[in-house]
Amino acid sequence: MSEALEPEIDVEALASRGVDLEVAERVAPDRDIAVKVGDPLVQVQNLTMKFGGLTALDNVTFDILRGEILGLIGPNGAGKTTCFNAMTGVYKPSSGKVLLEGKSLGGLAQHKITRQGLARTFQNIRLFGEMTALENVVVGLDARHRTSVGGALLRLPTHVREEKSAIERGMALLEFVGIADHAQFLSRHLPYGYQRRLEIARALATDPKVLCLDEPAAGFNPAEKEELMQLIRTIRNDGYTVLLIEHDMKLVMGVTDRIVVLEFGKKLADGAPAEIREDPRVIAAYLGEPEDDVA
Amino acid sequence: MSTTEGPPLIPGAEAKKISLDRESAGAHRRGGWFNGLGQRWNALPRQKQWFYLIIIVVLAYLLPVVNPPFISTEPGNNWPLACAQMSIYALVAVGLNVVVGYAGLLDLGYVAFFAVGSYTAAMLTSPDSPYVHIPYLWTLPVAMGVAMFFGVMLGIPTLRLRGDYLAIVTLGFGEIVRIMATIIPAMKGQVGFQNVGHPPGTDAAGNAIFLNSNGTPWYWLTLSVIIVVLLLAGNLERSRVGRAWIAIREDEDAAEIMGVPTFKYKVWAFVIGASVGGLSGALFAGQVGFVNNQKFDVVTSVLFLCAVVLGGTGNKVGAILGGALVAYIPLRFTAIAEYKFLIFGVALVLIMIFRPAGLLPARQRLLAYGRAAYNKVTGRKGVGDAGGSRAMSTRVSDEEKGAQT
Ligand SMILES: Nc1ncnc2c1ncn2[C@@H]1O[C@H](COP(=O)(O)OP(=O)(O)O)[C@@H](O)[C@H]1O
Ligand SMILES: [Mg+2]
Repeated sequence: MSEALEPEIDVEALASRGVDLEVAERVAPDRDIAVKVGDPLVQVQNLTMKFGGLTALDNVTFDILRGEILGLIGPNGAGKTTCFNAMTGVYKPSSGKVLLEGKSLGGLAQHKITRQGLARTFQNIRLFGEMTALENVVVGLDARHRTSVGGALLRLPTHVREEKSAIERGMALLEFVGIADHAQFLSRHLPYGYQRRLEIARALATDPKVLCLDEPAAGFNPAEKEELMQLIRTIRNDGYTVLLIEHDMKLVMGVTDRIVVLEFGKKLADGAPAEIREDPRVIAAYLGEPEDDVA
Repeated sequence: MSTTEGPPLIPGAEAKKISLDRESAGAHRRGGWFNGLGQRWNALPRQKQWFYLIIIVVLAYLLPVVNPPFISTEPGNNWPLACAQMSIYALVAVGLNVVVGYAGLLDLGYVAFFAVGSYTAAMLTSPDSPYVHIPYLWTLPVAMGVAMFFGVMLGIPTLRLRGDYLAIVTLGFGEIVRIMATIIPAMKGQVGFQNVGHPPGTDAAGNAIFLNSNGTPWYWLTLSVIIVVLLLAGNLERSRVGRAWIAIREDEDAAEIMGVPTFKYKVWAFVIGASVGGLSGALFAGQVGFVNNQKFDVVTSVLFLCAVVLGGTGNKVGAILGGALVAYIPLRFTAIAEYKFLIFGVALVLIMIFRPAGLLPARQRLLAYGRAAYNKVTGRKGVGDAGGSRAMSTRVSDEEKGAQT
């Protein structure tokens, strides 16, 4: 039923870009999603976020459709990160709702929201510095474990099996984002670009239905940015839905299926990249912003 | 560190600055000897590690018997008794290390769990106590259970607090237990409980083996307990539990957002820490044979904390070293014992300046089966994960510098 909307996977083209399909296969999400491809997976409804007198997010409504890459763009301070925080439970919204697969996420603890399938990365990298790259990813796999203190103390067979499979999957994810050769490095010793990729791997480890990326290409040079966008496309091709905050207009245009534009906390526009590019309000909002300005 | 900023004032300062920078890239490489040890240890193959471990354990068991000259606390203090006390402090430090070192929760009232364990053992074995009496060895699990209960009671309301607030609340809890011991008649205040029980067994002459005046059996008992606790703590460390703790210590919000139930694991850290505290309290009560309200003040809490920080926060072997040292120094150098808090204060300041990660800052291994995976990607055989990562960390951070400039 949904296959028609699934993007065609061109194996050779992917391979020429260095995408290992076997790895992608192992990484692909293996859980049920109650929503068909192309239907709203996340519904953000009238989301408002106030900080004292400042309304950082003003009655914002948009949907994220299953299988798409949705861009969330807007000038600095427009409220993009705040929108992420309100969605993922970091902030309690002043009003409005966020639904995942039609179910409200309101009032859930943050880790429960993540376990429901909404994962994110951070604009300012927040890895566990004293852990290796692999350990960072395995922390993201926490929800897959059934055993806890008892199992670990007694090294029950179930626990051992879970540990081994967690390491295997963690390595597969590191391979997927292309940093497996650095698995044993403390994450604070990783080069900057690798840290950004590790953040993505760690978020993917939570087995999300929607992956929210907060300016994942910040601080990258154009070549690195292009590589990262390839990765994001691959992630989508593997069956994830992606919400992408990105400051660089040109980049967003190339990778997203749809775009939501925020300005001063309000939704300015919403549509396909081509429409957004022509929208005079969007042009006005971005006027005077240097092309490669990084938030 | 402000010393690394600003223009160089004296010739050669620039060179020093560079070396400082390089050190901060891999902070644990400071001060070679001990660190070299940890690094080399991790690089050893498994069988060799076990071989050396067995030798170390045998030597540890022999410690009170051989009475090594110069190291010995005699004639000032009986050496086997000193060993017993050192082992109990070491056990306390291992327990507190779970709370402070792994989960990063600053607990200033840890002595309360120690007190709970001591009173549990005393009130269930001492003839001064009107309650049910059980064999001493049974009080060890009971003391753990009671302390765990207190851990839950303290943890659930307070672990929503962070940092300084948590420290202050736990400080209060430490005092509450002591004050309760003073004002609740059943706990007999300063009078306390005499003749706390001990494990059974008599020697050939018919005298009890576990006499209060005989440190050696108590030391052996505590050392055995420490070994078991270390193995179990190692199992926890290399599981989702240990990873959750370290993740919480590193960045609690990020851990929560990655799906880790942080509150649950903070309570677990408290409860597991409390159980070891209770256990060591019960051992202490049995060894000393007398429990009253004078031994469980806040200063003792700080001493425990001092042991953990001194040894290397987060490293269980370091905690043992720290705990043993904190007990040993006043017993060995009786002339300066009165100034022990001054000495430990100065020691802590010096440690913070020269070895901020403690005497043994070895990193915890958080994956039980990680070594094979790491070896696969590095293509090396028999090289430990942490050792490997450290050996190469310099190279990467140099690359990183290159990439940023
Ligand atoms: N925790 C907070 N407290 C107060 N103001 C905040 C907070 N977080 C964000 N803001 C404000 O909300 C506005 C939107 O910020 P943000 O969402 O970070 O913008 P963007 O990510 O689009 O650059 C800014 O004016 C910022 O100062
Ligand atoms: Mg932002």
